[in-house]
Amino acid sequence: MARELALRDALREAMIEEMRRDETVFLMGEEVAEYNGAYKVSKGMLDEFGPRRVIDTPIAELGFAGIGVGAAMNGLRPIVEFMTWNFAILAFDQIVNNAAKTLSQSAGQFKCPIVFRGPSGSAGQLAQQHSQTFESWMANVPGLKVISCVDPADSKGLLKSAIRDDDPICIMESEMLYGHKGEVPEGEYLVPIGKAAVRREGTDVTLVSFNKMVLTALEAADEMAKEGVSAEVIDLRTIRPLDHHTIVESVKKTNRLVVVDESWPFAGVSAEIAYEVQKYAFDYLDAPVTRVNSADTSLPYAPTLVDEYLPNAEKIIKAVKEVSYA
Amino acid sequence: MDTAVEKKKRGRKKANQYSKETYLEWYELMLRIRRFEERALMMYGQQKVRGFCHVYIGQEALAAGIESAIRKEDAIVTAYRQHGIALGRGVTSNEAMAELFGKETGIVKGKGGSMHFFSAENRYFGGNGIVGAQIPIGTGIAFAEQYRGTDNLCVTMFGDGAARQGALYESFNMAMSWKLPVLYIVENNGYAMGTSVKRTSNVTELYKIGSAFDMPSEVVDGMTPESVHEAITKAAEHIRAGKGPYFLEIRTYRYKGHSVSDPAKYRTKEEVKEYMDRDPVKQTEAKILKEGIATEEEIKEIKAKIKKEIDEAVKFAEESDYPDASELYTDNYVQKDYPFIRD
Ligand SMILES: Cc1ncc(C[n+]2csc(CCOP(=O)(O)OP(=O)(O)O)c2C)c(N)n1
Ligand SMILES: [Mg+2]
Repeated sequence: MARELALRDALREAMIEEMRRDETVFLMGEEVAEYNGAYKVSKGMLDEFGPRRVIDTPIAELGFAGIGVGAAMNGLRPIVEFMTWNFAILAFDQIVNNAAKTLSQSAGQFKCPIVFRGPSGSAGQLAQQHSQTFESWMANVPGLKVISCVDPADSKGLLKSAIRDDDPICIMESEMLYGHKGEVPEGEYLVPIGKAAVRREGTDVTLVSFNKMVLTALEAADEMAKEGVSAEVIDLRTIRPLDHHTIVESVKKTNRLVVVDESWPFAGVSAEIAYEVQKYAFDYLDAPVTRVNSADTSLPYAPTLVDEYLPNAEKIIKAVKEVSYA
Repeated sequence: MDTAVEKKKRGRKKANQYSKETYLEWYELMLRIRRFEERALMMYGQQKVRGFCHVYIGQEALAAGIESAIRKEDAIVTAYRQHGIALGRGVTSNEAMAELFGKETGIVKGKGGSMHFFSAENRYFGGNGIVGAQIPIGTGIAFAEQYRGTDNLCVTMFGDGAARQGALYESFNMAMSWKLPVLYIVENNGYAMGTSVKRTSNVTELYKIGSAFDMPSEVVDGMTPESVHEAITKAAEHIRAGKGPYFLEIRTYRYKGHSVSDPAKYRTKEEVKEYMDRDPVKQTEAKILKEGIATEEEIKEIKAKIKKEIDEAVKFAEESDYPDASELYTDNYVQKDYPFIRD
C-alpha cells in the first residue's frame, strides 16, 4: 500500500523511523525543535524524542557541524540540518577538512557516520546569497557521498540508507519542493545510495538530471512527446558516487545526451557526466553531449534575471534540438 | 544633522538637550521608515515584492539615533533587516521601493531585493544575507579607515542571533588588538527567528561578550532616539580618539514576525504590547507635542509629506521597468570582456 506524502513528510518519516530504531541517532540544527523546523521537516519530532535528541542550536554553523563530527567520531550518528546549504558554507571546514578526512587521517580507526542535510538550489527571488546549488561543490570531495533528490519515496529510502551508512553524507533537498507530493510505500524499505532511477523511458535522447530539475526535464519530455520526440529521463538521485552505468546504458540506446543541471557550468556535475560519457560511450554518440545549466553568473533578485538564469523546459528543448540536428 | 550634533555638544544639559531640528529629523526619519515598511508589507501581500522581506518596524529609533550621532563619511554595514538603516543613510524611498519591486531604478538596479541594498555614495556597505558575515566585513572597513589615516569609523550592526557566530569572536579580538575604529552594535530584538536570546546561550546579556576582550561595552535603550544618540555619541568619541572599538547592546523589538512568512507564535501578546506601548514613533511624537518642541500643525505637515513620499515611491516603483535580461551578465566581473561560459 502506498500513500501520497509531501517531500517534507517523507523525510520526517525517515528520521523518525531511524531514531526509533537506533538510540545513537539524533537531530541538530537551527529551529529544528521548538519551531518544528524552518520548513517544517522536523515537525513534531521534539514532542516524540525530547530535547536530548532533537536539538535547537544557536546560529553557529561551523560550531554545530563540528560538534556533529566529534559526536560521530565518538559513537553517535548525528543528523545535522542546515537551514539551507548556503549557510553550510560556514561549516565547510568541518565537512571538508574533518568529516571527509577522518577515516583517512586515522587510517581507519575513526569513522564519521554523519548526515548533513538541508535544501539546496534556487527558491524564487532570493538573490545572490540564498540561491546556490551545492552538489558540484560537495561531490568534488573524496570521502563524502552526495545525495540530491526530491522524489518523496526515494528521498525517504535514501535518507534512511544515509543514516545507517558509516560514511559522511551530504543530502541536498529543495526549499521549493518540500510540499511536492508523491506515492510513498508503507512499511520499511531502503533505497540504495549510488543508483540512478529512470523516471521516463525513451528512445531518441537521454536527459540526465537531479533534484528539482528532474521535474523540469520531465516537463520538457512531455512537451517534446507531442512533437514525436521520445526522451528518456534519468534522475541521478545520488551525485557521488555517480551511477555512470545507468547513464551509459541509456546513451547506448538513444545516442544523444543532454544534462540538465541547476548548478553552475564550470567544473560541475554536468562536466563530469559529459566526461564519463565521452569516455565510456564515445562510439555510441551521434552528437556532442550538451548541457543546460544555470547561467555562469550570480543570481540577482529581479524576475527577468531569474528567468534568464535558470534552466527551463524551453532551454532544454532547444538543447535537444541541437543534439538532434533538428 | 551635523548642526544638530554641534548644538547638542554646546548645550549638554539633562532635560530636552536636543534642538527642535533634531527632534523633527528623528521624527521624520522614523515615520518614513514606519510608513515605508508598512507599505512594503502591503506590496508583498500583492506579490509585487517577492523573496524574503524582513521589516524594521519597532526598531526605527536605532536608525534615527545612529544617523544623528555619526558623520556622513562614517560607514555602516548591517544585515538583511536593513531598509530602515538604508533610508537613514540617505537612500531615497523611491530607490528603496523600486528595489523591493526588482526594478532597474532600484538602489542596486533590481539585483539585490529586500536583503541587499548598497549605496557607495551614502557610505552604506550593504545588507548582508549571511547571518554574522558583516561583523568581520565591518571590522575590515574600519581597518581601511585606520590604514588610510582618517578619523572615520564603521558602524557594524548585527542581530542577537548573529552574536553567536564564531566570526564575532574572531573580529572582536582582532579589532581590540589592532585598535580599529569600529562601533559594534548588536540590535537585540529578543529573537533570532523563533529562538529567543535566552535559548541560545548561558550569557544572555549580550553586552557582556565584550568583556572577554576588554572592549568597552554598554546596554542601551533602543526605543528612543535620545538614548541611542547619547550612547553612540559617547562611543564615537572614544573610537575617534584612537582608543579602539566599542560595543553597544541596543535593546529593541521587532513588532512583526521574522520575515513575511513567520506568524511569530513563539511570543506572547503581552510581550509585544509591552514594547508597542513604548513605540519610538508615538513616544517621540507625544514628547514633541507635550513639550511644545513643535506644533500640531508641523507634525501634520510631516505626516502629509511622508504619506505623499511613500505614495510616490510606490507609483515610481510600479512605473519603472524590470532590468533587461542582458543585465544578468553585468556586474559579475569588473573586467568588461570576461569570457562567460555560455553554451
Ligand atoms: C549563516 C546563516 N545561517 C542562518 C541563516 C538563516 N537566518 C536568517 S535570519 C536568521 C535569524 C537571525 O536573527 P538575528 O541575528 O537576531 O537578527 P534579526 O532577524 O532579529 O534582525 C536566520 C537563522 C542565515 N541567513 N545565515
Ligand atoms: Mg534578533
